[in-house]
Amino acid sequence: MQMSDSRQISAAPETVWAALINADVLMQCVPGCTEMSGSPEEGFEATVVQKVGPVKATFKGQVTMSDMDAPNVLTLSGEGKGGAAGFAKGGATVRLEPVDGGTLLHYDVEAKVGGKLAQLGSRIIDGFAKKMADQFFVNFQEAVEGPKDADAAEDASGQDGKKKGWFRKIVS
Amino acid sequence: MPKDHGIGASQKRREDVRFLTGAGQYTDDINVHGQAYVYFLRSDVAHGKINSIDTAAASAMPGVVRIFTGADFEGVGGLPCGWQVTDKHGEAMKEPAHPVLAQGKVRHVGDPIAAVVADSLEQARNAAEAIDVDIEELPAVVDMKAALNAGATKVHDDLSDNLCYDWQFGTDTETVDAAFAAAAHVTKLELRNNRLVANPMEPRVALGEYNRAKDESTLYTTSQNPHVIRLLMGAFVLGIPEHKLRVVAPDVGGGFGTKIFHYAEEAFCTFASRKINRAVKWTSSRSEAFMSDAHGRDHVSTIELALDADNNFTALRTDTYANMGAYLSTFASCTPTWLHGTLMAGNYKTPAVQVNVKAVFTNTVPVDAYRGAGRPEATFQLERVIDKAARELGVDPIKLRRQNFITSFPYATPVAVEYDTGDYNATMDKMEELMDIPGFAARRAASEAKGKLRGLGINCFIEACGIAPSNLVGQLGARAGLYDAATVRVNATGSISVMVGAHSHGQGHETVFPQVVAEMLGIDESMIDIVHGDSSKIPFGMGTYGSRSLAVCGSAMVRATEKIINKAKKIAAHLMEASEADIELKDGQFSVAGTDKSVAWGDVTLAAYVPHNYPLEDIEPGLEETAFYDPANFTYPAGAYACEVEVDPDTGKVTIEKFVSADDFGNVVNPMIVEGQVHGGIAQGIGQALLENCAYDENGQLLSASYMDYAMPRASDLPHMANYTVDHSCQTPCTHNPLGVKGCGEAGAIGSPPTVVNAVLDALNSAGHKVAHIDMPVSPSRVWEAMNS
Repeated sequence: MQMSDSRQISAAPETVWAALINADVLMQCVPGCTEMSGSPEEGFEATVVQKVGPVKATFKGQVTMSDMDAPNVLTLSGEGKGGAAGFAKGGATVRLEPVDGGTLLHYDVEAKVGGKLAQLGSRIIDGFAKKMADQFFVNFQEAVEGPKDADAAEDASGQDGKKKGWFRKIVS
Repeated sequence: MPKDHGIGASQKRREDVRFLTGAGQYTDDINVHGQAYVYFLRSDVAHGKINSIDTAAASAMPGVVRIFTGADFEGVGGLPCGWQVTDKHGEAMKEPAHPVLAQGKVRHVGDPIAAVVADSLEQARNAAEAIDVDIEELPAVVDMKAALNAGATKVHDDLSDNLCYDWQFGTDTETVDAAFAAAAHVTKLELRNNRLVANPMEPRVALGEYNRAKDESTLYTTSQNPHVIRLLMGAFVLGIPEHKLRVVAPDVGGGFGTKIFHYAEEAFCTFASRKINRAVKWTSSRSEAFMSDAHGRDHVSTIELALDADNNFTALRTDTYANMGAYLSTFASCTPTWLHGTLMAGNYKTPAVQVNVKAVFTNTVPVDAYRGAGRPEATFQLERVIDKAARELGVDPIKLRRQNFITSFPYATPVAVEYDTGDYNATMDKMEELMDIPGFAARRAASEAKGKLRGLGINCFIEACGIAPSNLVGQLGARAGLYDAATVRVNATGSISVMVGAHSHGQGHETVFPQVVAEMLGIDESMIDIVHGDSSKIPFGMGTYGSRSLAVCGSAMVRATEKIINKAKKIAAHLMEASEADIELKDGQFSVAGTDKSVAWGDVTLAAYVPHNYPLEDIEPGLEETAFYDPANFTYPAGAYACEVEVDPDTGKVTIEKFVSADDFGNVVNPMIVEGQVHGGIAQGIGQALLENCAYDENGQLLSASYMDYAMPRASDLPHMANYTVDHSCQTPCTHNPLGVKGCGEAGAIGSPPTVVNAVLDALNSAGHKVAHIDMPVSPSRVWEAMNS
């Protein structure tokens, strides 16, 4: 399964880059992620709970980052094992392009699934992966940019400062 | 007035009473006190090197009795292949090791890596999750042609490549080439016979039990041939002598070939029960069945037909790639060769026929015989290419077939077999009559008025059944004889148990076999039962597959019953103080010809067991006889099928509107059961033609492993009964077995797939869409694409 897309983020490439390699941001952004630890140098360990069609599983896996050229490009590769549910593995190349008003983030993802996930979920896996990616970047965009509506952001940060735009508050 | 008794009577299936009231005794219904349960940890990659298996944490989990890995099976035999094929260079096929549990490598998704035996299935399953397996994934070979490329990843490192054998059969190349060079017309077709999963209603189950006091093992298993399993597992895998090994296959809920083979799980449960001195049970889940039951078909073929200027077939040449999967299953090597190449002449007098088959190892589940086994693959190629030729030449496909029919018998084909008898024009006549071919134009017009396209497909088939003459198959590489055996045990009061080597798993043997004995003895069927499926109760038997049960085992039963009659006549002669030559048996009474003297069946049987007045100086007491029967030839059922489909041009959806089969099965013992067999076979063939497809991705991941993705035929996919006619009134009795029967179990699955595809192509081409071929399953998307490309 292959997927390519791009997204514009209202932040400088350096900010986006820093967020991309931050375990806390990633944990917040990866849908279903319950644990995330590590560093870009050592690699990340993650636990993700997801339901693909009829298969619900806890995936534990490693993500490594390579070919890092800050703040321009990096390659992620990883594998998650879901026990009896099978496995998912893949890689992504992320490229950051400075544009007016922020950064254009390009990504090319290649992923494959095996075991029960393939046997029972193959028909829906493309749609699932696209949904996962969309959710990730919606979360990521919010983490980096903060909410689009400034009032709502204040309300939200009043209740839960970490919900919206918290990353930019930390780094700026 | 139809018969209600004996041969020819449509007696209702006596076994259905227990099946329909929940009283069947299937393998999973059998439980042994204290049994443990096994869960197999299976590979989720198609190809990989096992670096390590750490079972320490799993072994400590609750309820775990013992965890086995490949290391426990070092020194234990692998699963054997029962047929050695010799390739066109005179070399034996490549025969890689087939371990019970993976050793060093995994070679397909589903390959068992470890087996957890625990007090409960849940505990075994939970512990399996805790096994830490380090597998280094390797590139997988999935596509057969790519698997043969130089430098392709090897499924088996110890083999030179992925080619199991390169087989050639039939007419020599020079003759065939000359015929093609001289042809007025050549039709060529490339096609795929889709990979199928058999999906019997009952998944496989194995229960191994060990009696330490007597050093005896019993395996209860879902098998079509318990004696074959006993022989293969005892002699080749575990080294248990037959007198210490009992194999029982009780009620079995469908087999379709996939329960012929000896599987790792059977050997495992038997082996493990001896190791832990406790019974071990395995019940396959449906998901597990998809990746551990042998699959069927999966051939990619190119077929060429040469015709002269008068449309006579002059030569046929095929080139097939046959998928073996990752290991050789029990009869995998035989299916694309001797069960396929020998039928390539079909019903036609084509003088030159050459069959080429390359069998290929891939990182997929092993492929073996599935209902029809090789013969559907042959029929599909042949009947599709004939249909294409008829369209290219603008001739009537029925006329083209009739013109080339074999009409005199016996007929020796260029592909080794000799058809003993048949009448292909008779079945074609019957099919045309039942199908109402002249009414097709009106039916098509009615469909068109509804906005639908209508097509008519016709098709012939022949199959070789009643396998098989042992000396012949021995020359062809079989490592077993293919006779069968029966013991007729007459009890003192006249009731009879017939111990048969055939195994009934849906065929209705329990009803049909007694009909034959009842007819021969003139007694009521209710006095006769058959006993089958238990190696400790029956003399021997090669089991049920290849539409062989009645033709081969039934013939053994006839021979044994003849021995009974001969002995009983001696007893009757003694009782009536008459000459044995004058004794007649009719309606269960022995009488002296020309007199009114008679004794009843029960008087004679009682005398045999209470021999107070008995010719002890001439014959032994008792009345029990055994016969082994080895057939002199295959039997050759044949038929003509027709199908009408409607195609929705907007969606590409195909519906079967009308289906007719006209089969020649020789003599028929129970017409109702024969019709049921054909109904079911056609349903399976329609499933293959329209719905079923076992799909792998390029990494060897199995993509269709549930009924959400693997489409089985349903009642709504079949025509209504009024438009679903199966006929077997054309009967040319088999010339070489005593019953004159040919076998009917596979015919429907062999004859129907090309019929359906031919009908779809007729619908499209008649509507102006120039479509030469659509691979099965002819799904709406494929039809729509073909119409719109």
